[in-house]
Amino acid sequence: MACYLTTGKHMSIYYSVFTVLILLAVTAPIALLFGFVGASAARSRIAPLRWFAQGYIAIVRGVPEIAFFLFFVIALDQGIEYLRHKALCPDWSEPIRQGNDFVVCQAAKVPLGSAPQWLHETYGFALAVLTFAIVYGAFAANVLFGAMRAVPRAQLETAEAYGMTQRQTFWRVLVPQMWVYALPGLSNLWMVLIKATPLLFLLGVEDIVYWARELGGTKTPRFTDYPHGDWRMWYFLALLVFYLLFTRVSEIVLGRIMARLTKGQATAGGEAQRKAATA
Amino acid sequence: MKQLILSTAALALSAGMVLADGHGKTIRLGTEGAYPPYNFLNDAGEVAGFERELGDELCARAELTCEWVTNEWDSIIPNLVSGNYDVIIAGMSITDERDEVIDFTQNYTLPDPSAYVAASEDADLENGVLAAQTNTIQAAFIAESSATLVEFATPEETIAAVKNGEADAVLADKAFLTPIADADPDLMMLDQEELIGGGIGLGLRESDTELKEKLNAAIATMKEDGSLNALLTKWEISGQF
Amino acid sequence: MSCWQTIQDYGLRAIGIGERLLPRDDFTLCQQFTLIGSGMIWNIYFGLFALMLGFFLATALALGKASSRTILRKPAEWFIFLFRGSPLFIQFFFAYFLFLNLKSVSPIFDPFTAAWLGALIVLFFNTAAYSGEIFYGALQSIPKGDTEAADAYGLSGWARFRRVVWPTMLRLAWPAYTNEAIFLFQATALVFFSGFPAWQQRGDALYYASYFADKTFNPFVPYPILAFYFILLTLVIISLFGLVNARLNRHLPQNMRRKIRLRLNLVR
Repeated sequence: MACYLTTGKHMSIYYSVFTVLILLAVTAPIALLFGFVGASAARSRIAPLRWFAQGYIAIVRGVPEIAFFLFFVIALDQGIEYLRHKALCPDWSEPIRQGNDFVVCQAAKVPLGSAPQWLHETYGFALAVLTFAIVYGAFAANVLFGAMRAVPRAQLETAEAYGMTQRQTFWRVLVPQMWVYALPGLSNLWMVLIKATPLLFLLGVEDIVYWARELGGTKTPRFTDYPHGDWRMWYFLALLVFYLLFTRVSEIVLGRIMARLTKGQATAGGEAQRKAATA
Repeated sequence: MKQLILSTAALALSAGMVLADGHGKTIRLGTEGAYPPYNFLNDAGEVAGFERELGDELCARAELTCEWVTNEWDSIIPNLVSGNYDVIIAGMSITDERDEVIDFTQNYTLPDPSAYVAASEDADLENGVLAAQTNTIQAAFIAESSATLVEFATPEETIAAVKNGEADAVLADKAFLTPIADADPDLMMLDQEELIGGGIGLGLRESDTELKEKLNAAIATMKEDGSLNALLTKWEISGQF
Repeated sequence: MSCWQTIQDYGLRAIGIGERLLPRDDFTLCQQFTLIGSGMIWNIYFGLFALMLGFFLATALALGKASSRTILRKPAEWFIFLFRGSPLFIQFFFAYFLFLNLKSVSPIFDPFTAAWLGALIVLFFNTAAYSGEIFYGALQSIPKGDTEAADAYGLSGWARFRRVVWPTMLRLAWPAYTNEAIFLFQATALVFFSGFPAWQQRGDALYYASYFADKTFNPFVPYPILAFYFILLTLVIISLFGLVNARLNRHLPQNMRRKIRLRLNLVR
């Protein structure tokens, strides 16, 4: 049994747990950044910028993630290589699209054709992070956009009355105050993000679900030292426990952050805290 | 006419490639890793099976440095044409549809018949419920027959469907079904077989003519000296060259 | 074959009406639009029914979770936690497995392994859990004055719930509930993708999109078509829910209405 659980394949599934955790840890801040830029742009005074941001939010939110993941990574990969190709091989005379083939010069390949496998995997991982960030960035933008509008007008008017410029008002008054309004939405989004990680295998990253399927599938004695029947149920059960625990821990942590942020805010929650403290 | 333009472009390109590449380019071999005995992941999590041994041997003979990558079956062709690996070696039958999009080397297995595995000898193959993996030649075959097709996302689930009675039989490549039918007392291989699809070949981008020639030559030498037949026997794949 | 002919042949293919065989070669844009659109029938079916059934269970769950009685509260809390805490992907897997085993117990369970019922049940429970949490949140933030006023009018029990608590809860929860509806319709794309088998090539929009992607080896046409349909569907959901929202808020003065909408947009 101990031997079985420490085969190379099982090591891969343990390793993929870390892949998923790292992906979440890296994606969340990037998606938040996308969301912040998107939300700021969506309330910009410059019309084209505003339309672009609103279009981004509306379109990406409207499409199921799976549909997006199925073609977007290849498009992104080709887009990057196309740009590098234009920059690095200006005297290349062949067409890039030859029938169905997408051919760029060797120097434009990302990563280079001679690069070791781990670089390819890292690149694939980075593409997955970027795709996740673009998709969930749109959701975050929607939440932050709402949060920015939820900051009481009086606060902003007061700031203007003190002679602050637009920019100052935005950074010193609006941004610090919006987080408390944004947090419920953002924590919800975090939960959604956790539960989207089983879709990672669509992006070419070998995640826990990929390995659970691979390990749980029926194994005939000819191809392994540990033949067994259909054990997928047990592996999926382990995944279920993993996700439930992860959700629970997230809930507790986010609850603490919310309590922290609410402190001293002019909201119902802040009011309740004050009352509890004085009573 | 279109053919002509394409081939000239390809020729010009391969000439350019030699200049741009120089030596020491790693050839990346893409496989699925979930289709024993052709390719699967062994206990150590590495690609193994008939195609692993074949691929390593071909690379040695063609003096190429090779590297193995796994990719989902569904997107294995799009990822080849967009250049994420250079060769598909994944038990892929040579079909006209696929040949329009990518190029194949000569076949390295003879056409493997598809077989049925069922829970009982008298399963109704005419009008019963037959399981197959989504988007395979077997699924397309059943869709055209009078039987009711039920499609599952993975081969594993098609077998499970027969065991739990959702389907009367499953249709898949014989080499894939044989070890399963052998190992499971509840399942049996039926006598009826279907000849769908051609032999299996390596898939390449249409523009990669130089690589295709190298690999074709390597396959030819393996056919000549009998080493390919030895591999086929070792992995119990039917048909000898 | 003209496009109109294609629509006649394949427009209802997803529910088994029309041509038996799917197009095999010479794929046209019209075929892709028609078949993927035909698959949307299933997405709409799953989304609509799960949403309607889930609405009632969600109300019950929210009341259960807010209840002071442990025997009501605990089951509701666990139900919500279980379905909100695990990926839908895994829920589909276990549900299919469970239904298969039930099938051998009694033939009553036969239809449950088919997507139209089995997947609907999973989606129903799933959306009930998510909406239940949203309704619970709204229930907690009903202004104290509202319930006090109800008490002052002598309303109690069912009348108090029906005429004061429930409408206010809905009004507060509506923006977040709209988002949940959008998410649910998107989640329907997972049904045939990972959970349930497709019979006789009758599948949802994603099933047909991946059929074309597989046959043409070009993902850049069918998936954007699928995306187009879903964006359309999302717009329809947003406008329908917007109408209901306007009705729920019709008693409020014009300027208040706007304010409440804004404040609540973020609860999600």
